[in-house]
Amino acid sequence: MFGDYSIGDLGAIFAMQGFAGLILFSVYVLMALGLAIIFGQMGVINMAHGEFMILGAYVTWMTSNAFQAYLPSLFPGYFFVAMILAFIAAGALGMLVEWGLIRHLYKRPLDTLLATWGLSLILQQAYRSIFGAREVGVELPQWMLGSKQITDTIEVPINGIFVMCLTFLITAAVAYVMYKSRWGRQVRAVVQNRVMAGAVGINTEKVDRYTFGLGCGIAGIAGSAFTMIGSTGPTSGQLYIVDTFLVVVFGGAASLFGTIASAFSISQAQSTMEFFMSGSMAKVLTLLAIVAILMMRPQGLFALKVRK
Amino acid sequence: MESPRFLSRSDLIGLAALALLLVVILPLSLDVFRLNLVAKYLTYSFVALGLVLCWGFGGILSLGQGVFFGLGGYGMAMYLKLEASSVANTKIQSTPGIPDFMDWNQITQLPLFWQPFHSLTLTILAILIVPTVFAYLIGAAMFKRRVGGVYFAIITQAIAAILTILIIGQQGYTGGINGITDLRTLKGWDIRPDHAKVVLYFVEVAFLFGCILLALFVRHAKLGRILVAMREKEDRVRFSGYSVANFKIFAFCLAAMFAAIGGAMFTLNVGFMSPSFVGIVPSIEMVIYTAVGGRLSIFGAVYGTLLVNFAKTSLSESFPQLWLFGLGALFIAVVLIFPNGLAGIWRDHVQPLIDRLISKRKSGSDHSNGKSFGPIADGTPAE
Repeated sequence: MFGDYSIGDLGAIFAMQGFAGLILFSVYVLMALGLAIIFGQMGVINMAHGEFMILGAYVTWMTSNAFQAYLPSLFPGYFFVAMILAFIAAGALGMLVEWGLIRHLYKRPLDTLLATWGLSLILQQAYRSIFGAREVGVELPQWMLGSKQITDTIEVPINGIFVMCLTFLITAAVAYVMYKSRWGRQVRAVVQNRVMAGAVGINTEKVDRYTFGLGCGIAGIAGSAFTMIGSTGPTSGQLYIVDTFLVVVFGGAASLFGTIASAFSISQAQSTMEFFMSGSMAKVLTLLAIVAILMMRPQGLFALKVRK
Repeated sequence: MESPRFLSRSDLIGLAALALLLVVILPLSLDVFRLNLVAKYLTYSFVALGLVLCWGFGGILSLGQGVFFGLGGYGMAMYLKLEASSVANTKIQSTPGIPDFMDWNQITQLPLFWQPFHSLTLTILAILIVPTVFAYLIGAAMFKRRVGGVYFAIITQAIAAILTILIIGQQGYTGGINGITDLRTLKGWDIRPDHAKVVLYFVEVAFLFGCILLALFVRHAKLGRILVAMREKEDRVRFSGYSVANFKIFAFCLAAMFAAIGGAMFTLNVGFMSPSFVGIVPSIEMVIYTAVGGRLSIFGAVYGTLLVNFAKTSLSESFPQLWLFGLGALFIAVVLIFPNGLAGIWRDHVQPLIDRLISKRKSGSDHSNGKSFGPIADGTPAE
C-alpha cells in the first residue's frame, strides 16, 4: 500500500493526517470537556449533551445572520460574540434543566439517562420546528478561509488552527476554574462528599446548578466551534453523543487530564486509520478497540484510586 | 413477598387477560393491516420482556438490545433472502443465485458466513445461539470485572453504534442502509399474503406466551429472587457466597435471546430487516417501552410496548410534529412521576379499587388481597 508513494510524500501524508487528527482531537476535547464536568464530576449522564452543542451552533448561525444583516462592517469579528452568546444560551438552558429535571434524579443515575434522552428528543423536535429540518451552514469571515502553506507539500486549513487555539484556551480556562479557583474547590468537595460539603457551609444545590450550567455552556461553545467545520441540523447532536461518552469513559470519568489524553489517542487512531481504509471501517475499528480496552480496564485510562 | 410457587393466582389472571386481548379481541376487531401492525409491535415486546428481567429485576440497564434484536432479525432475513434469490429468480444478475445487493456491489460469490443460512435448522439455531453467545461474551467481560450500571449502559450503546456502522459500511455483505428487502417465502410458503400474516401473528403470540411463561418461571424460581436481591444490595449477595457475575450474565443472555426471537419474528411479519432497528435510537426506545409498562412487571412490558407504539402510530399519522415532543415528555414523565410505569399505576390506584369492590361484595369473608400486579414490586427500584 506504500508502493506508490515516495518517502517525502508519505511524510507529508502523515503530517496532514496527523493534523486532521489534531483537528478531530480539538473537536473531541471540546465535546468531551463539558461532559467530563457533568458526567465525570457530577455523575449525571446527560444524553442531551449533543443537543446543547447544537443549540450553540444555532446561536452562532443566528448571530452570523444578524451581523450580516445589521452590522456588516463588524462581520469579521462576529464569531467571538457568537461564542459568548452560545455559552450564555446553553448555560442558561442547562441551569433551567438542572432545576426542573436533574436535581430530582441525583440518586438514580440510570434514570437521568432516560430523562435526558427524552429531553434530547424534545430539543431535536424544537430545533426542527423552529429552524427547519434542513442543515444550516455558517458563512465564515474572510480571514478564516483558506489554508496556510507550511512546506511545499504540507498545508493546513486556517479554521482548523483557530479551532485548536480555541480548544487550548478553553481547556486551560476549565482546568484553572476546576483546580485553582475557590469555586472549583467547592465543586470537587461536593462531588467527593455531598453531606460533608453541605455541613461546612457550601450551598450544594447552587454548586450543582452552576456546575451543570458550566458543562452545558462549554457544550454550547463546542457547538459554536463546529459551525466552522461543518453544517448543523436538528439531529446532528445525536451523532456525537456516543463518541463523546466514550472519550470521557475511556479517559477515566473523573479526570480532566484523562479526557484530554483519551481524546488525543482516539482521534489520532481514527484519522490515521482513515487513510488506509474506508471511514466507516476506521470508525468501527476505533470504537471496537476502545470497547475492548474498556473491558480490560473498566475504570478508564486515568482512573482516580478511591476507596468505595 | 409472594409465595415462590410458579404461577400464582394473579399471574393466571394476568395470562388470561393478555390471552383474551391478543388471541380474541385484537384479531376479531382489527383488519389484517392493523393486525400486522400489532404483530410488529409485539416483536418489540419480546425485547421489553427481556429488559424486565435484566433491567427491572437484575438492575442491568442495557442500551444495546437492538443489537440482539438485529442479530435475530438478520439471521431470519438472510435465510429468507437466500430462498428468494434462487438461481431461477435471479437469472438477470451477472452472478445468479446470490442476493441482489451482493450482485450490485460486484460480489461474485456467496460469503462464507452466509452459507449456513441455506438451512432452516441452522438458521433457527443461529438465531437462538449467536446473540446469546454474543451477550455471554459481553456479559462475561463486563460483569466478571464488576463493571455495571452506567458504564455497562454506555458500552452496550457503543456496541449498538458499532454494529450499525458495520452493517451500513459493509453494503456488499449486509445490504447496507436499505437492509435486506424483498423477502418472499419460508420453505416455499409465501409470507406476504393476508392469510399468512394472520398465521404469523398467531405463531408470534404463541412464542410470546412461551417467553412470558419462561420469564414468570425465572421470576418465581430462586434465581429471580437472587436477581432482585442483587439489584438491591449486590455486595450482600456476593458475601453470601453467590457468584453475582454469573447471575447477571444469565439474565443478560436470556434477555438477548428474547430480543433475538423478537427480531426473527419481526423479519417474518414485516418482511424486511434494516439497520434502523439495530442502532442506538431503537435500543433506547425499547427501554422506554419497558419503563412505560413498569420495569418490574412482566405483563406490563407487553402492554407498555403496545401502548407506546399505538400512540406513536396514531400521533405520527395525524401530527407528525408532535410525536417526538410526546415521546420525550413520556421519557421524562415516566422517570419523574411514574417510576413503576403502568404496572405501578395499576397497583396503586386500580388494584385497591377492585379489591375494595370485591371485599364489599364478599363482606364477611376475611379476604385481604394485597397482591400486586407487578411481581416483586416493593417500592421504586434502587439504582
